[in-house]
Amino acid sequence: MAAIAKIHGSHREGLSKAVRQNLLAWAYIAPSALVMAVITFYPQIYQVWMAFTDFGAANIRPENPPDFVGFRNFVRILTNDMPAIQYYDFGRLLLFNVVWTVSNVFLHVVLGVAIALALNAKGLLFRRVYRVIFVIPWALPSYITALVWHNMFDQNYGAINLLAAKVNDLFRGTFLGAAYGPTADWLSQFTWTPIYSGLPERTNWLSGAVIIPIDFLPFLPLAFYAVLIANTWLGWPFMTVVATGALQSIPYELYEAAEVDGAGKWRQFWSITLPLLRPAMVPAIMLGTIWTFNQFNVIYFISNGEPQGMTEILVTQAYKIIQQYQLYGLAAAFSIVVFFILLIITLINNYVTKATEAYDVA
Amino acid sequence: MSPKLRKAILRQIGLQAFLLLVTAVVMFPVLWVVSMALDPRNISRPNELQLIPPGASLESFRVILFEPFGLTREGIYFGTLLKNSLVVSLGTAVMTVALGASAAYAFSRFRFIGRQVGMLSFIILLMMPSTGTMVPLFVLMSRIEIGGEQLRRTLFGLMIAYASSALPFAIWNLKGYFDTIPKELEEAALIDGASLTGAFFRVILPLSLPALAVTILFSFMSGWTEFMMAWVFLEDPERTTLAMALRSISGGGQHSAPWSEFAAMSILMSLPVLVLFFLFQRWIVSGLTVGGVKG
Repeated sequence: MAAIAKIHGSHREGLSKAVRQNLLAWAYIAPSALVMAVITFYPQIYQVWMAFTDFGAANIRPENPPDFVGFRNFVRILTNDMPAIQYYDFGRLLLFNVVWTVSNVFLHVVLGVAIALALNAKGLLFRRVYRVIFVIPWALPSYITALVWHNMFDQNYGAINLLAAKVNDLFRGTFLGAAYGPTADWLSQFTWTPIYSGLPERTNWLSGAVIIPIDFLPFLPLAFYAVLIANTWLGWPFMTVVATGALQSIPYELYEAAEVDGAGKWRQFWSITLPLLRPAMVPAIMLGTIWTFNQFNVIYFISNGEPQGMTEILVTQAYKIIQQYQLYGLAAAFSIVVFFILLIITLINNYVTKATEAYDVA
Repeated sequence: MSPKLRKAILRQIGLQAFLLLVTAVVMFPVLWVVSMALDPRNISRPNELQLIPPGASLESFRVILFEPFGLTREGIYFGTLLKNSLVVSLGTAVMTVALGASAAYAFSRFRFIGRQVGMLSFIILLMMPSTGTMVPLFVLMSRIEIGGEQLRRTLFGLMIAYASSALPFAIWNLKGYFDTIPKELEEAALIDGASLTGAFFRVILPLSLPALAVTILFSFMSGWTEFMMAWVFLEDPERTTLAMALRSISGGGQHSAPWSEFAAMSILMSLPVLVLFFLFQRWIVSGLTVGGVKG
């Protein structure tokens, strides 16, 4: 900004030009600014006001204004003082939301980069075919994907359990299937047995009963792994696409030079590929983090927070406060809390990125 | 066979095996839906994993397209649902791109008072969860009456709500793209006697086709598959959108249909999105990366 002011010759000329520019700029913005003021900014301000009231369904009529309650909504949200809302526990929601985001983004990035590397390998056959197929999970609307995965996790007729049965059939009679037998609720009494006894065919993926597959992660029920599988299925292609773009821009001469210098493949990966991928991956990871943190569709339509709210994330909880309980003031406060959490995550993300920036080669 | 050739062949086999495995995982849900949709036996659920079920037919597609949905007493046809969805999604797309492009241009080209505050507020809005916009819009649009009806309950109201949440991203994304177009191009047009508005329409917009296409596609898609707000805002069953109907027949609820029909409808709703996505793929990728990085 300062630099621009300096360029404009004399002070007066600069001033009049600045005024003209301002008017012109505002003329361009006026229509959208006006509409946005009405449909975006005003509602946001209104929301902040609502967060400090006990706004409920009865207060929608303007002649029946809600009572001002100060910070009570926020206090109730943070201290779990919400007897009306089933299974509400803010600490659990936040912890689960963070675990959900970190585990997803980690898997998406690792899988995405690994597959991008394979796709980028020299002399790969059918490269174009794979590229088209691998974009499908990203291209499909996540709403429809989520409904389909919910259906696939059905206990009796879902594709996942039918697939397990098919695999068991395939191995029946072989040494692997020696101790074969139907193993309902296999995952609830999860123990490592040396003998392969067939995959569980009747796994109750999304049941209301709490099934904890891994003992030292008692807050993650089986349904978590179900939604994690579904969201990983639809999340990695974006990372692959971004990584592919970055990989293609790495000049091949760099690898040749490294080879001449005697660097092995592994060394080349750590010293050339990874540092040059980083600038493209960082914004993608940020975007992925925000998307996953607020991934409403996958959670709401697959597990719907079951069992006992253990797989609920903050946005699905906010939606239930609106849709099921009609506590609009409370929901407004809740959304503001979610916003601040996202802001903190973004700032941390930014900080970590900046702190490691010296690592960049490009 | 030379050792070098053998190594190359082994490497190719390894890569192909890995990529085929990924292909299998990617295609599994897709094939599952296709096979469900083709199942003609009119059983409510499949009980075996088969790609082409015995006697496959397109019956379920016929039912979805031409038989009424039991969402109202008289039944509601696919055509009506499609019309509702198209009105909302196209309306959202047009509104978003028209308003977004002019605002983004100003943010990209002019230095004016309030510019930085404006840009900052868009970032903040991007982080606001969609439930945050939903509550105030619900209340405010319930209070506005158009033709004796609450705005909230109309498709036009829904369109406004979608545009409200789509605009911040659209402006952010378009501004990032406009930033990459050299200023000299406009200056050349101005010297040739074009007005600034003329330059915007004849130079900038044609050059920004990729970013505009992405904006249109994204806002169209958000309207096409949005469920959250539509479910809470609309009350008249005649205004049901495709997304709402799909959820209703997907099982659990009182309107749940055979799985073959759910699958057929999923395919019908996904196909246009898939086609648009592949048409615009190159632009989507560049648009997202350029718009995201530039400040």
